[in-house]
Amino acid sequence: MDLKNTKKALFGTVRNFKQILPIILGVIMLVSLFLVLIPNSFYTTIFTGNKIVDPLMGATVGSISSGNPLISYILGGELLDQGVSLIAVTAFILSWVTVGIIQLPAESLMLGRRFALTRNVISFISSIIVAFLTVFTLSLI
Amino acid sequence: MINRFLEKISGKWIFLIVVTTIYIFLLIFNFHSFERVLIQFFKLIWTILPIFVLVFCLMFLSNLFLDSKKIIKYTGKSAGLKGWIISIIAGILSSGPIYMWYPLLSELKDKGMKDAFITTFLYNRAVKIPLLPMIIYYFGITFTIILTFYMILFSVINGLIVHKFLNLKKP
Repeated sequence: MDLKNTKKALFGTVRNFKQILPIILGVIMLVSLFLVLIPNSFYTTIFTGNKIVDPLMGATVGSISSGNPLISYILGGELLDQGVSLIAVTAFILSWVTVGIIQLPAESLMLGRRFALTRNVISFISSIIVAFLTVFTLSLI
Repeated sequence: MINRFLEKISGKWIFLIVVTTIYIFLLIFNFHSFERVLIQFFKLIWTILPIFVLVFCLMFLSNLFLDSKKIIKYTGKSAGLKGWIISIIAGILSSGPIYMWYPLLSELKDKGMKDAFITTFLYNRAVKIPLLPMIIYYFGITFTIILTFYMILFSVINGLIVHKFLNLKKP
């Protein structure tokens, strides 16, 4: 490892970071907006008790939500206490981490639009499938 | 005029301008919310700063030690089982917000990392080791084990599906 290569690697990293800074900044601004403007009470109002619609709603709301996954566990626990089905809550906490609608512009810019869209759609569908499978397996034990 | 301006600036700046415009609207029409959003913004910056430094260091190390040949060997098209295991473990161990990892993944992709492994990495971020006690507390240990198993399994399935979709030839 020589000094020339180290300098080259360092300058390359700084240059790349400069390029992605506006995107990262934009996402942080968007997430801050979301965290303040959407109150936690919003989540409890969207579930209807329908066994088919609720998991879909859970996955949808999880997909457009953002923040620490810990918040999704706490909200999920609250939703369970209020009688929301475990499948809906599981889809909610899963899509919270695996699908990122708010981060989609950043993901598209850095990893490609086709990749970002495909990955998010597949993750959305699989969050519902995994939720069904998890609860089904749990019921067998 | 606007079209010519938009042609000159790249997508990343348009994105930032759009979000900044929302902030300006908030500042004008709802100052109280703007204040709260701004406080949240700085809190978030402070929280992700260590991750930002970590990602910078990883990008620097990858620039220093990993060339395209190595990336292709471990996470390229012919990486096989090794590639899946690396992306699963790296995804589980990675912390912080998902968007902090896009720059590193973008660099690795440019050097030859397979889309399937990027998908697997990103999906495995759902498996959070430090948060396991919390998920066990809220949902129980059996639920957590089953969910973790399916998440890892589906990270690979998703990787394969995304790879298949992205490589579909146009009719």
